[in-house]
Amino acid sequence: MPEVTKSGLRLPFLRKGLVLALSTLGIVVASPPATAQDVNAAVIRIDYPSLLPLSRLDLPAQSRGFAGARLATDDNRTTGQFMGQTYATKEVSVAPDEALAAFQGLMDEGHRLIVIIADSDDLLAMADAAPSDALLLNASSADVALRSAQCRANLLHIAPSDAMRTDAVAQFLVWKRWKDWFLIEGSNPADHVLADSYRASARKFGARITEERVFQDTGGSRVSDSGHVLVQRQIPVFTQDAAPHDVVVAADASDVFAEYLPYHLWDPASVAGSAGLRPLTWAPTHESWGATQIQRRFEELAGRNMTDIDYQTWLALRVLGEAVTRTASADPAVLRDYILSPEFELAAFKGVAVTFRPWNGQMRQPILLSNGRMTVSVSPQEGFLHEVSPLDTLGLDRPESECTAFEGED
Amino acid sequence: MIRALLLSTVMLAAPAHANNVFVTNEKGNTVSVLDSDTWEVIAEFPAGNRPRGITIAPDGSELYVCASDDDLVRVFDPVTFKELHVLPSGPDPELFVIHPSGNPLYVANEDDNLVTVVDTKTHRVLAEIPVGVEPEGMAISPDASIVINTSETTNMAHFIDTETFEIVHNVLVDQRPRYAEFTADGRKLYVSAEIGGTVSVIDHAADTPVITKKISFKVPGVLPEWLQPVGIRITSDASKVFVALGPANRVAVIDGTTDEVIDYLLVGQRVWQMAFTPDEKFLITTNGNSNDVSIIDVETLKVIKSVQVGQQPWGVVVAPDS
Repeated sequence: MPEVTKSGLRLPFLRKGLVLALSTLGIVVASPPATAQDVNAAVIRIDYPSLLPLSRLDLPAQSRGFAGARLATDDNRTTGQFMGQTYATKEVSVAPDEALAAFQGLMDEGHRLIVIIADSDDLLAMADAAPSDALLLNASSADVALRSAQCRANLLHIAPSDAMRTDAVAQFLVWKRWKDWFLIEGSNPADHVLADSYRASARKFGARITEERVFQDTGGSRVSDSGHVLVQRQIPVFTQDAAPHDVVVAADASDVFAEYLPYHLWDPASVAGSAGLRPLTWAPTHESWGATQIQRRFEELAGRNMTDIDYQTWLALRVLGEAVTRTASADPAVLRDYILSPEFELAAFKGVAVTFRPWNGQMRQPILLSNGRMTVSVSPQEGFLHEVSPLDTLGLDRPESECTAFEGED
Repeated sequence: MIRALLLSTVMLAAPAHANNVFVTNEKGNTVSVLDSDTWEVIAEFPAGNRPRGITIAPDGSELYVCASDDDLVRVFDPVTFKELHVLPSGPDPELFVIHPSGNPLYVANEDDNLVTVVDTKTHRVLAEIPVGVEPEGMAISPDASIVINTSETTNMAHFIDTETFEIVHNVLVDQRPRYAEFTADGRKLYVSAEIGGTVSVIDHAADTPVITKKISFKVPGVLPEWLQPVGIRITSDASKVFVALGPANRVAVIDGTTDEVIDYLLVGQRVWQMAFTPDEKFLITTNGNSNDVSIIDVETLKVIKSVQVGQQPWGVVVAPDS
């Protein structure tokens, strides 16, 4: 259970002998709510076996995802004290083979609002096992199929799809007039899926892939004591004699090689995608639109930087909190209807409100393009217009989605 | 409120003379001083780390600056520009409002979900009032009975009783409420919502405050997402309401009777806060991305001048007539 931090239920200080006729209870009583809601959500995180990341900066924290959930719960509580609403969030981390049982356990305990950090197959298994009155929020899977033929009416997507992220990169590269791409993909299935998404984005925005190569995952080539010596020799050779290109786009969902590309390419070119200029929902360096404030609150709470997955769990629970605030209900069906309605909007430190696509339950949100040190740009880019929202230039638009589970929403 | 007092001073005093205009430069860590006759920068002085909110005592005796990253309010002599002392403010002070009598000061602590009440004479904290997440906008009713705080993530205007320091009402507004301002008669309260793109008009004469209208904005050729209302100023006769629209680089002019937008004035980039000269002939806007201020002629609704100041101008206040 998350701790009740000082921002959650704080009593005013008594300072220097001055007595204040005030208590947290007094505030609640001052605006008597018509009804009270207790909002009990849960975050379930499946911990898959994984190799160490290429960069130490990407070492997974024990609290990844959960810390974002704690911050959101604190934020929701602070608002809830004025509305007569309380919030609690249960955290569950589980191995893949125990995931469905853990999910069932949450259902048995009566939890019906579940934020999920899991891959596509496990996510679908939970969505299909959920009772009809549950609402699930996908905080991590980028699988495009979940927003199309494999969509589920009880599953909303906070995490952007691969298509949203690759469109975000493509728009920027096209805006730069870097239209000739050298696409390098890994040899694992997830890498091919990501590479296909880059191919689709190139077609969508008028870029050309002039050269394609596959970097074989041989299990080696990872940084070791003298790894940089090998990398410095291997990568230039691997990338030599490529057709003319403006930029190298890396599709490395497996984190095997992309970080080796910058500075080691045969031709001098920038790198985008899985290294170099990366499409992120959040970066610890992001400062615009009041972001400094949430960075500080998060760092104080978690003792580390806020990452993509923490932002996505924060966002998931804030979506629920905002819907509870506006509807004065904790009923998942009422919340879902409101979240998918045109009335829903939420400020999320991205300069525009985040909203939902009623045709597949995908959250619309801007994508940061980060070099790891700075926010280089934010997509959608200027000039990419859409009849509904510029944010709908990222990812599957209504005509492209094969999702039918949401029909009747609008 | 303050303006009403100032106006009566103007009527008694000799006509038009120059006033000092103080502009905080958030990234430059300074305050720029302009002369309201010549509109030239006459001085720039250090103001601590990340100066944002700025106000001045009603009698013009002390200038107050929220030094956000110093976690305190710095107090300057408005004539010599020397720092006199500091006031405790609670962490990360962003905006504040001063009691019409000049004491106390009500400070929004953005990082800590608090409003801190500081005695400007004894330099002591009188109260810390828990509010919503990311408190920002501050206003005080002309009769000084109610202080308003807006919380940016909670999306509320909190109505705080100045006698008991208790919250007596909460009004939900649109996303990311930034600023609040009362009309001089205290009957209406305007609250801007940056991400919601609206200004809520709240009837403060009713038994419980209630939103009577939401003003939204539309400028041909500007994406709706860029129309982000921030700072608000209202003429003392409540006939015109000015709303800074942030990255739209425009100030909206609203008819104070109908609450309909009547004009958009093109100013500098990322227009943030505004202040009138005491005679209300001019309105000064801070433009954070073009590092300048725009001067608007309030009568003709024309932008007459822009003046370069320091890095990322944020807040502005004009000294009262002496």
